[in-house]
Amino acid sequence: MGTSAEYIIEMLNITKEFPGIIANDDITLQLRRGEIHALLGENGAGKSTLMSVLFGMYQPEKGVIKKEGKEVKINNPNDANNLGIGMVHQHFKLVHNFTVLQNIILGVETTKNGFLKMDEARAKVMSLSDQYGLMVDPDALIEDITVGMQQRVEILKMLYRNNEILIFDEPTAVLTPQEIEELMKIMRDLTGEGKSILFITHKLNEIKEAANRCTVLRKGKYVGTIDVHSTTKEEMSEMMVGRKIHFTIEKKSSTPGAADFEVRDLVVPSKRSSKKAVNKVSFTVRKGEIVCIAGIDGNGQSELIYAITGMGPIESGSVFLNGKDITKMSVRNRNVLGMSHIPEDRHKDGLILDYSLAENLILKKYFTPEFQNNGFIKFDKAHAYAERLITEFDIRSAEGSKTIARSLSGGNQQKAIVAREIDYDPEIVIAVQPTRGLDVGAIEYIHKQLVEQRDAGKAVLMVSLELDEVMNVSDRILVIFEGEIVADLKPEETTIQELGLYMAGSKRNEVAL
Amino acid sequence: MKTLKKFILGEGFNKASASIFAVVIGLIFGFIILMVSNRTEAVEGFRIILNGGFSTGAKGTGQVLYFATPLILTGLSVGFAFKTGLFNIGAPGQFIMGAFAAIYIGVKWTFLPAPFHWIVALVAAAIVGGLWALIPGILKAYMNVHEVISTIMMNYIGMYLANFLTKSYVFDSTKALSQNVANSAVLPKGGLDYVFFNQLGSLKDLSTVNSGIYIAIVIAIIMYLIINKTTFGYELKACGFNQNASKYAGINAKRNVVLSMVIAGMLSGLGGGLLFLSGASGRHIKVVDELAMEGFNGIPVALLGLSNPIGIIFAAIFISYITVGGNFLQTLNFAPEVIDIIIACIIYFSAFALYFRRLIPWLIKRGRGDKE
Repeated sequence: MGTSAEYIIEMLNITKEFPGIIANDDITLQLRRGEIHALLGENGAGKSTLMSVLFGMYQPEKGVIKKEGKEVKINNPNDANNLGIGMVHQHFKLVHNFTVLQNIILGVETTKNGFLKMDEARAKVMSLSDQYGLMVDPDALIEDITVGMQQRVEILKMLYRNNEILIFDEPTAVLTPQEIEELMKIMRDLTGEGKSILFITHKLNEIKEAANRCTVLRKGKYVGTIDVHSTTKEEMSEMMVGRKIHFTIEKKSSTPGAADFEVRDLVVPSKRSSKKAVNKVSFTVRKGEIVCIAGIDGNGQSELIYAITGMGPIESGSVFLNGKDITKMSVRNRNVLGMSHIPEDRHKDGLILDYSLAENLILKKYFTPEFQNNGFIKFDKAHAYAERLITEFDIRSAEGSKTIARSLSGGNQQKAIVAREIDYDPEIVIAVQPTRGLDVGAIEYIHKQLVEQRDAGKAVLMVSLELDEVMNVSDRILVIFEGEIVADLKPEETTIQELGLYMAGSKRNEVAL
Repeated sequence: MKTLKKFILGEGFNKASASIFAVVIGLIFGFIILMVSNRTEAVEGFRIILNGGFSTGAKGTGQVLYFATPLILTGLSVGFAFKTGLFNIGAPGQFIMGAFAAIYIGVKWTFLPAPFHWIVALVAAAIVGGLWALIPGILKAYMNVHEVISTIMMNYIGMYLANFLTKSYVFDSTKALSQNVANSAVLPKGGLDYVFFNQLGSLKDLSTVNSGIYIAIVIAIIMYLIINKTTFGYELKACGFNQNASKYAGINAKRNVVLSMVIAGMLSGLGGGLLFLSGASGRHIKVVDELAMEGFNGIPVALLGLSNPIGIIFAAIFISYITVGGNFLQTLNFAPEVIDIIIACIIYFSAFALYFRRLIPWLIKRGRGDKE
């Protein structure tokens, strides 16, 4: 491998070990000036560790980092910043009640005698915004602008600091298809102006569309660097996972039975404004059918699910399970009646992170005679049960059922939740973003489980922000926009583009349900 | 070497060693204060503190156990609430209200025969302590009033109310203390009078310790079982670790907050009963405007014992030992305030056990040059 100034940044033969695990094993990543370079790998493949090494948060045991052919030492994030390395994090680091301009200059304010000199900063921000076609309003408050715009503010932050090497960590997770397209264009413009981009993702479509080259990691090891144009998606995914992956789920067409679950004129108040978070939503889910609620994040999905599952308030309307009115029922009674819930936020709602895997797997069953006798928990039974689920659902952990949930990887935490929610033979499975942040292998697995539940005659209600997932898994799609259902579609009769228009509110059907 | 390292990084050793390490640091700090306040007698003073209750023979050891008894209960009270994610800073109020209830019944209800008299008095102490914590529990669960604020206020209300009630009903104005409880209300010695006494000629100088210490240890074991083996403990800990996930699992978090506070209050109240039902040589309510130290010391006891009921037994005995030892410092030329400062420093440094628990593995790991 030639080390000339052809590369703006090089990480050569990086090895980083943690107790019991080699997070990065002899990994080489070379970023050319003016290219978009994708970094592809499953969760736990070592992408974040590698980036933390580049940012000086970890010191590698072996290997060197070079900038423009010269070896550099990066001891902390300030060193990285001085070398022109900037990053857009998956979760934005913005102050919500500050303006765009205030956020951009935060930390690098130009001052005179202790007073801010906003005019200079404003001029620079505006000229950068024009140069790259970012079109941001410098005086808007962050909380008032869209997620896509917030991301542009993050990009401007890097540009304002004259960063040349821009790292995007899973930038498309929160965007609509239209916004993703615009982001891809912005990224191409940036490289056109001489910036170099490192693009962390596990979405192959986006790599195919935007990136020039792609480095693939698997289980901490370097698999290879490939030219994106001459490699197919299937080849890339095989490199990433180490086996063939099915992109479209094999499933029979659905044969829905009787209505199992019904929501009628549901209204949920909003915490933030007088507008309703969910406004007169009605739909049914039948046995043996997967209904998916699609929409951009923050259009009332969370409030809707919280209301349905009994965890949030309901203003008016009703919810029925198997013909029974459960609107006012407690969470416990809903669970006992057969409502299973794979929650949106596995750390906040789904798991008690300081409990062991066994204790988490009995979270909805600990009070049943199976695990309880005169108020005492049968821990031997709980561990035996947990070991069975661990084998059945392939939950990988260091110490089996005794493993503390916090120490599991995200994918395995999610598998544990899915195992718990599916194993108690529910009437309806409510799955909210069940594959968020998971790698291709785990996504495939969880989708298969949901389809199996459907085929076993269960009703499945899924909420997803990923349009590929929506199109692939569901039998029926409901699009939610500003708390209202604006479309009821069949995946075979629509396109991702059309869904995008509904999701953005620029198109709506009067839905008769 | 490898197995040694594994052992050191292991959970059990880590927990115990952190507490011991914390105690050592606390003692070193206490020694520094001794040096600053009185250099010439510092070493001698430190020896006296370390000798603790032992310096006055078997009776002294008995006194250590006597003063450890309420600390075990208030430590359990604070530690149990911690497990549910609540900070029960109201142990002093619950403790003194429980104490008053026990004394009132001990003095007035003389119609009760011997074993029932002290049993009823203890039950009343627990109930009143529980009621005293019920109010903050309800405020927390249903109105989201922070329990630290409400329990602090209940402490002052409890202190003044106990003083007022003591003065009105069970006051011995010649000694300016609460009256002695009837003999039938004094906790039985339970055989401890054969162990903890000093021989003075033909007389036995008895320690105040009584079967209260047995009760405290049994309660600690019961709490251990409740926390670790029952569905109730499982729910309480779940609420403490993650309120949202508990709600998601269908656990009634509000009910558990109230119950947890009430149980914590019952433990503190019982602690008050156990300390004060101890005859003429035992403690009496002094009717001064001071919050009960036994209540506040429940906090360092719980911290030092890492909220583990079994750990709390040892932590309470340690803190009682240091306190008794510190009181003997008066034989040297130390101001009484300095003695209090030294004891407080040792106790509160010891309560940093939680911090050391994280520090020890970190130090070992740093030695090997890696991070988490």
